[in-house]
Amino acid sequence: MSVARLEPTGRRLPDPKSCQRLAEQMLALTLKAGADGAEVLVRDGTELEVKIRLGETELIKEAGSRALGLRVLKDSRSAVTYTSDFTPAAMEQFARESVELAALSEPDPAGELPAREEMARELPELDLWDESVLSLDVAEGLRRARAGEAAAMKVDKRITNSDGAVFGRSVGASAFATSAGFSGSARGTHVSFAVEPICDDADGKKRNGVYWSASRFASGLGDPEAIGLEAARRTLAKLGARKIPTGAAPVVFSPEAGRGLVGQLAGVLSGGALWRRSTYLAGREGTAVASPLCELVDDPLIRRGPGSRAYDGEGLASRTNVLVSEGILRTFLCDVYAARKLGRRSTGSATRAIGGGPHVGVSNLILRAGRTPAAELERLDRALYVTDLMGFGFNAATGDYSQGAGGFWIERGERAFPVTEITVSASFDDLWKRVDAVGDDLDTRSSVQCPTFRVSEMMIAGS
Amino acid sequence: MILDGIDATLAERLLAAALGSGGDYADLYFEHRSGADFVLEDGRVRTVGRGVTLGLGVRVLRGDATGYAYTEELAEDRMLEAARTAAQIASSGAAPGPISIQPVVLADRYPVSQPTEARAGADKIALLRRADAAARAFDPRIVRVEASLAEEQREMLVVTSDGRLARDSQPMIRFGVSAVAEEGEGAGRQRQVGRSGGAGRFGLEFFARSGQSPEEQGREAARLAIGMLHAVEAPAGPMEVVLGAGESGILLHEAVGHGLEADFARKRTSNYADRIGQPVASSLCTVVDDGTVDNARGSINVDDEGNPGRRNVLIENGVLVGYMQDRLSSKHFGLAPSGNGRRQSFRHEPLPRMTNTFLAPGQDDPEEIIKSVTRGVYAKRFAGGQVNISNGDFVFALTESYLIEDGKLTAPLKGTNLIGNGPEVLRNVTMLGSDFELSQGTWTCGKDGQSVPVGIGTPTMKIKEITVGGTKTR
Repeated sequence: MSVARLEPTGRRLPDPKSCQRLAEQMLALTLKAGADGAEVLVRDGTELEVKIRLGETELIKEAGSRALGLRVLKDSRSAVTYTSDFTPAAMEQFARESVELAALSEPDPAGELPAREEMARELPELDLWDESVLSLDVAEGLRRARAGEAAAMKVDKRITNSDGAVFGRSVGASAFATSAGFSGSARGTHVSFAVEPICDDADGKKRNGVYWSASRFASGLGDPEAIGLEAARRTLAKLGARKIPTGAAPVVFSPEAGRGLVGQLAGVLSGGALWRRSTYLAGREGTAVASPLCELVDDPLIRRGPGSRAYDGEGLASRTNVLVSEGILRTFLCDVYAARKLGRRSTGSATRAIGGGPHVGVSNLILRAGRTPAAELERLDRALYVTDLMGFGFNAATGDYSQGAGGFWIERGERAFPVTEITVSASFDDLWKRVDAVGDDLDTRSSVQCPTFRVSEMMIAGS
Repeated sequence: MILDGIDATLAERLLAAALGSGGDYADLYFEHRSGADFVLEDGRVRTVGRGVTLGLGVRVLRGDATGYAYTEELAEDRMLEAARTAAQIASSGAAPGPISIQPVVLADRYPVSQPTEARAGADKIALLRRADAAARAFDPRIVRVEASLAEEQREMLVVTSDGRLARDSQPMIRFGVSAVAEEGEGAGRQRQVGRSGGAGRFGLEFFARSGQSPEEQGREAARLAIGMLHAVEAPAGPMEVVLGAGESGILLHEAVGHGLEADFARKRTSNYADRIGQPVASSLCTVVDDGTVDNARGSINVDDEGNPGRRNVLIENGVLVGYMQDRLSSKHFGLAPSGNGRRQSFRHEPLPRMTNTFLAPGQDDPEEIIKSVTRGVYAKRFAGGQVNISNGDFVFALTESYLIEDGKLTAPLKGTNLIGNGPEVLRNVTMLGSDFELSQGTWTCGKDGQSVPVGIGTPTMKIKEITVGGTKTR
């Protein structure tokens, strides 16, 4: 394997070691410019996106990008800066100006770098790189997109239009170096594929459905035709969608829809929200916050996981954190800052982007699969099965939740007809405590993962 | 300005490379963006941030197909490589003839006497402290305040193969305050967060505007947090709803705005496709997208394809009269560009996007509109919304709303959503106020993974029936 290999367009392949050299170089320049401490993040990546619509090429986008983010500490004051100019003179000037900028902030002992003994020592191998992804080029992406869309379009003559089929590929490397005593690098590949057919429905409305696949490995992407067929099935199933009357009912969330709800838990289980007094779960550790069927973990150590990482955004070792088990809240996630504000220890949960400082974030946030076959969750006399959620409508401070929804109405255990233009609402506390069944069908395509699950009662607003 | 080193002869060489494989059209988008942000948390400036991005995006069109590439290195060989990468969308055809580049003359809708970047950091921090103090002074139940100020200066240069060269310098300032209110102890403790903010293409003179002083923003965040402490459950089901002036423009943005972006009409993926000349709203409704409003967040002197920003009427007295166009769509429909081709950055291809989108004022007294409702909901402030383009369903989230009982505002309601269908809801507009307001809020519109700043506005309006997504059955 050659990391110096050129891509077909002549672009450099993102290389973790050269990112790490750059990070260490900037770290040295920053310390030389007078900083007491510093953290440097470097990201290098290439992206490829191709799209076919109605059999024709609609988009070919291909580019590479490299950037550096810096956090400097000087007299307990900090600044966060970023640049993509790597000429030597510019790097020196950037380091100097970043150190000067820190004087504008005020001393904050909680903002100091982590203690040396907290830093990661050995990095686990997480299998996030697939060399064969590199061979999925423009021509192959277009071939797959054409095949996936064509498979969807020929399923049924009621499929009259398409929002296209998209193949995406990203190849990235990153490095993190800190004067607190850590320097590491990582690399990863990611591929995705989506098909979105459109049907004409009565009264001029159109119905769209989408199905997609994503993986760190080329072999995990699946067959484009199969994805197209599933997209067509999902779109056709929405024909004739209508409102249902307002009232309370059990609600089953598909893994795609449920993921949105699980993702909201990331915010309210953050130590950042806890010290900012903006989570309804404040003061609830050790008490029931969900049904005993619910187990929620944040696990960065899953091999080939979409959100896996060997170290966190401050250079601390990645670890698996159990947030909720048997329905009891076990811990909040903390980065070093939140931990100091709360008098705790970091859970290794810092994330860091180029343009910002570290903050609490999740890696692979997973509501664990249960034992009930997913289809059994629909065996109810009357219930709502939700496939789509839309809009904003979650108040983290109070837990009040309300979102637009679409899906199917269930009668006598069967999906009777598709539903649209309704909302589902509940307080989050009630919602999670009312989970009365958790399916066995964990959906692992994205970094927030859940199986099908059922809430015994929510308010539905419709006609 | 920073992009002065990019001259016409260099642009010609790059465009020639971009069209070297037989594309119909190419454009270059140079962008230099610098920004800084200041955050005051619990009375302390915790950290300050600053950064610069610089790059070139190259686009090549062949029919309706787009080739796109970008580079962050403005060395000529890297720029030529990006041009050749974008060129791969086309595979055959003649090399282009000579290109004669002419600057586009533009009006300036957002002159700024002094860029905020030139002002001392301490001046900006002083603004944060004023907001913090005002929020805390509002009520002893305010236990926590956070205030932030972000400034950005975007310099852009577009050069097109049909010979246009346009430069613009786009300032943006953004201010926000959030306040946490608490009441009671232990399990009975009530807690709420109130947020307020504003944005526009201004220097620090922004804070002299009515409603935008740091004190006003601080008090507003505190007022919202305190006011919500005793909010009651919102009703569930269809109701008569009055939408207040300003922020309710989010209804326009979601219910019709996106559906009138011409890419959806071109691809016939929106339920507003093929409906020019047809009634799509109550005859009270005239909907405008206007990129020329002085200093507004969504205003643009020029769009990101080199066409001047414009005022475009989309719906006139209820009849659909036009879509918002980018180059691809305007060529498809054989229409003039409407100045709506926008992109998030040099890393993104242009799309038809909104600028400042609003509903023109009507004749009704806003007080009378509320008085006319026996039982309903009055919605004043919003968190955001979303639409499904295909079926027209949209939803938007209320952060400040009240029950209307016998023509009067009564209990504040917990946060909830309104859900409706675009064309249906606009047919249900039965009263329209004379009190037009363009929201000063920090609105950001997302589409296809790209975010752009926008403005929204509306007068007070009454909707005969829309579904309220609360938790309480009536």
